[in-house]
Amino acid sequence: MRWLVELYRSTIGKKIIMAVTGLIGIAFVFLHMVGNLQVFIGQNKFDAYAALLHGPLAELLWVARAVLIAAVLLHVLMAWQLTRRARAARPVDYRMREAQVSTLASRTMRWGGVLLLVFIVFHILHFTVGAIDPAGVFHDTDALGRHDIYGDVVASFRIWWVSGFYLLAMAFLGLHLFHGAWSSLRTLGVARPSDHPLHRRIAAAVAIAVWLGFTLVPLGVIAGIVH
Amino acid sequence: MNLTLHVWRQPAAGAAGKFERYEARDVSPEMSFLEMLDVVNEGLIAAGQAPIAFDHDCREGICGMCGMMISGAAHGPMKMTTTCQLHMRSFKDGDELWLEPWRARAFTVVRDLVVDRSAFDRIIQAGGFVSVNTGSPQDANAIPIGKQEADEAMDAAACIGCGACVAACPNGSASLFTAAKISHLGLLPQGQPERYRRALRMVAQMDLEHFGGCTLFGECQEACPKGISIDFIARMNRDYLRAAATAREERAVGGTG
Amino acid sequence: MELKSRVPSAPVAEMWDRHKFEMKLVNPANKRKYTVIVVGTGLAGASAAASMSELGYQVKAFCFQDSPRRAHSIAAQGGINAAKNYPNDGDSVWRLFYDTVKGGDFRAREANVYRLAQVSVNIIDQCVAQGVPFAREYGGMLANRSFGGAQVSRTFYARGQTGQQLLLGAYQALEKEIARGGVTMFPRTEMLDLIVIDGRARGIVARDLVTGTVSSHLADAVVLGTGGYGNVFFLSTNAKGSNVTAAWRAHKRGAAFANPCFTQIHPTCIPVSGDHQSKLTLMSESLRNDGRVWVPKKAGDTRPPNQIPEAERDYYLERKYPSFGNLSPRDIASRAAKEVCDEGRGVGPGGRGVYLDFADAIKRLGADQIAERYGNLFEMYERITAENPYRVPMRIYPAVHYTMGGLWVDYNLMSTIPGLHVIGEANFSDHGANRLGASALMQGLADGYFVLPLTIGDYLGSNKLEPVTLDHPEVRATEAAVAGRTSTLLSIRGHRTVTSIHRELGKLMWEYCGMARTADGLRHALQEIPKLRDEFWHDVTVPGTGAELNQSLEHAGRVADFLELAELMCVDALHREESCGGHFRVEHQTADGEALRDDERFAYVAAWEYKGEGQAPVLHKEPLEFENVHLATRSYK
Repeated sequence: MRWLVELYRSTIGKKIIMAVTGLIGIAFVFLHMVGNLQVFIGQNKFDAYAALLHGPLAELLWVARAVLIAAVLLHVLMAWQLTRRARAARPVDYRMREAQVSTLASRTMRWGGVLLLVFIVFHILHFTVGAIDPAGVFHDTDALGRHDIYGDVVASFRIWWVSGFYLLAMAFLGLHLFHGAWSSLRTLGVARPSDHPLHRRIAAAVAIAVWLGFTLVPLGVIAGIVH
Repeated sequence: MNLTLHVWRQPAAGAAGKFERYEARDVSPEMSFLEMLDVVNEGLIAAGQAPIAFDHDCREGICGMCGMMISGAAHGPMKMTTTCQLHMRSFKDGDELWLEPWRARAFTVVRDLVVDRSAFDRIIQAGGFVSVNTGSPQDANAIPIGKQEADEAMDAAACIGCGACVAACPNGSASLFTAAKISHLGLLPQGQPERYRRALRMVAQMDLEHFGGCTLFGECQEACPKGISIDFIARMNRDYLRAAATAREERAVGGTG
Repeated sequence: MELKSRVPSAPVAEMWDRHKFEMKLVNPANKRKYTVIVVGTGLAGASAAASMSELGYQVKAFCFQDSPRRAHSIAAQGGINAAKNYPNDGDSVWRLFYDTVKGGDFRAREANVYRLAQVSVNIIDQCVAQGVPFAREYGGMLANRSFGGAQVSRTFYARGQTGQQLLLGAYQALEKEIARGGVTMFPRTEMLDLIVIDGRARGIVARDLVTGTVSSHLADAVVLGTGGYGNVFFLSTNAKGSNVTAAWRAHKRGAAFANPCFTQIHPTCIPVSGDHQSKLTLMSESLRNDGRVWVPKKAGDTRPPNQIPEAERDYYLERKYPSFGNLSPRDIASRAAKEVCDEGRGVGPGGRGVYLDFADAIKRLGADQIAERYGNLFEMYERITAENPYRVPMRIYPAVHYTMGGLWVDYNLMSTIPGLHVIGEANFSDHGANRLGASALMQGLADGYFVLPLTIGDYLGSNKLEPVTLDHPEVRATEAAVAGRTSTLLSIRGHRTVTSIHRELGKLMWEYCGMARTADGLRHALQEIPKLRDEFWHDVTVPGTGAELNQSLEHAGRVADFLELAELMCVDALHREESCGGHFRVEHQTADGEALRDDERFAYVAAWEYKGEGQAPVLHKEPLEFENVHLATRSYK
């Protein structure tokens, strides 16, 4: 176990932990996004999907939740430690330092990450726990007596600040993945050598897919396609 | 052409520093950047003032001694070029330039634009070598090395240790420097026996020197006057992960009989 | 002073083996009781420091740069010679020996050169074992190329960065030993004097360049690997910091300085672009493999090169030296360039340049092939000149590159001060009057890895050295001399900057002690140099104090020594009334303008003894005997 401690202590080890937890997160948001798109099939399908997760798959869901919570905590903890370390590595800053090639995505990892963390908490309180219930419909049920998550989605996204915050968070999620999907693989050392190591087609595809998939839902509500 | 320079002046390590403004007059586009500073310094000396201290030696882009932030870019605006090989034709009349030393906790300012990069030497001391003593090794051709491996090792070995990677990195990370040496030796058969031990020890030393971690901004690769690729960082991480997972505690086996 | 070369009496091919056997050894357990100081961490210094530490000696290593990895060996581009005969083209230790003696125009000591050729093969093995990434063929074997006019392919290379890779190999070995505790490293520390006690070198006085602290370091032997003195010309391909101070202070303490006038002018450098010029950049000699050198036939022809028709171009190297053509040796190619420029046919600003034209090669091989061979060099040229050599011919001009002269050493690489050893470019030993391409790296590493670590044991093992302490009167006196000199430099507060005097000295030396020398010119220089030196000591201005990082003070100390060395160079050049290698005396040439050696009178090493300020140096001659390579006129026609 000593090696795990060593790994945890080193900057590369911390990055590896961030990469692994980040990849878990990417897998999750991808599945979540695909699940969400069922909203376009209709209320019945969407509520049935939610009922499936909370019914027959409940134990599995709790395992997944445990993994995800651990991943988020570790991801945040490592990010916090590495950020502090980076700050300490340059106690006197430049008067002028121009970014040459670093992407907006890479430069917004930290603040974007904080925003995403806030969003995640809000999102869970909103759609999972119901502690925040802007539309006041969390406890409604649908015609079949199921928890009407479909109705909650539609009602919530009709509230401008809810959909606004959601859209903003998804934009940052896209940026976060554009850098994270690419850099996590490099951090784990699985990237193939390339003449243009800064190019990231796969990461771009993942980021756009996730961003678009999530963003379509509130847009669909606002446009009246989902109602 | 005429330029305005704002130069970081600091009399010694630990002393307070500030920017001073200097006018560089009649600068020829044929001058190198350091020759322009030479001219400014000649003027300062003639006026009885302390000239601007900056490190430099070979002035042909290979010794790695020179380097400064020029208006926010390590080694200035030209890609794949050290400060000494940057020429004034890269600037235009009336430009206002900000000259700052490399900034990192591990690189203390010694004076003005001169910094202490001995942390790099200590990273090499931690394992950036093949443990072979001078003597009679096998014939050089007894170890065949494919052209591609040799070329890739040479790509990594081209590092001149100037510190621009650290200077340009928003995290102040020395990953590119460390990765280049780990990769140079790790790619070659001669470096295999110590490959994983080397990765562990050099990374540990890099961390001890208070460099930041790598978040793959890519700024180091852009600033590197030798164009060393961040691919080597991926390689270092791979070696490090494998090393961490497989390393056994070193044992002292006694008994020389 | 007596010059005892200590060349073993044996056939040249057996000398080194016999000597290795006859030398005294130091018991392995006793080695750690000896301290050796190594000044300079280039190829010679770093390899020697690392190798001696591996043997068990306590080593203290010094360099003025911020890290031992910066030494100017790093800038060597082309390659390193070794008599491996991998390409099966007839190379051998004997042929490398022969080529080096002949290439040096018969002014080198045969015994040393043979040993150099012998250990050349070990160097490649050693470097490969260290992980030096030499160029390889697809089959995994080492690649070789022919270089600098050699008739065989014996040059090993790592792209255009051979010096860098070899130096990093030695540097890494040094760092390994630093980590192990065998070497204590003193970076940013400059040797300012040699401590001689009871006639033996016992330490150095050095200045910490960051704090300004002057302190003494004692040892049982001192090794100088401090490089050459090309910067006496101000403009040279040397690094800005390269200097003669360590060697010169040793000279003033009793080490004979040999053949100071033997300087090498490299034919392919980027020409001077203006008065601001601070150094010259070398373009690898390999460019001459495909480039054609020419100037306009007509003097004062200012047309752009592409508008000068073929018939009005003079490919002068091909014309004068039909069999070697553009690949003529360095000294010959350089002098030919000077001649055409003196005739007013030079090109570019100031008329000091000749074309190196790749148009034919591009037509013959295609631009891609040329890019593959010289791409990085073309880029470097364009970076400096803003001209694209694929379209416009390069402009090149000779520049000071290497100094064959240096402190006199015996077969053990020991100077005339017992205990003071000198290695690499800092000594005079192996290249005679002209060094062949890719031989400097070979010599530095031969001395450092394979010769000195053995011969130093002979000195330590055969001499009983009394312990000395820092309060020894001689140590105190040397420290006081250094401190006095520093405070003098700081107290003059005159009107001239160090650089302006250095530049003036350089012009004087380039004009009168450069590529072509005349008795009148040298006499003129010998009048001017003392005047300039006088001006320096009365009117120089060095700002700041001695207790801080003070680059002007560093430079002032170095220029002060150059001002003394310059005079000795001119004295040596004036006394050597012959032309050989890099030393061309206009009075001594053949009817068609070739160097005319005088073996009757000058087949010797001129070793100069310092006799004190204002005293003429005394010449000692080490006669050179050529038993294996017979004296012959070099001809490249």
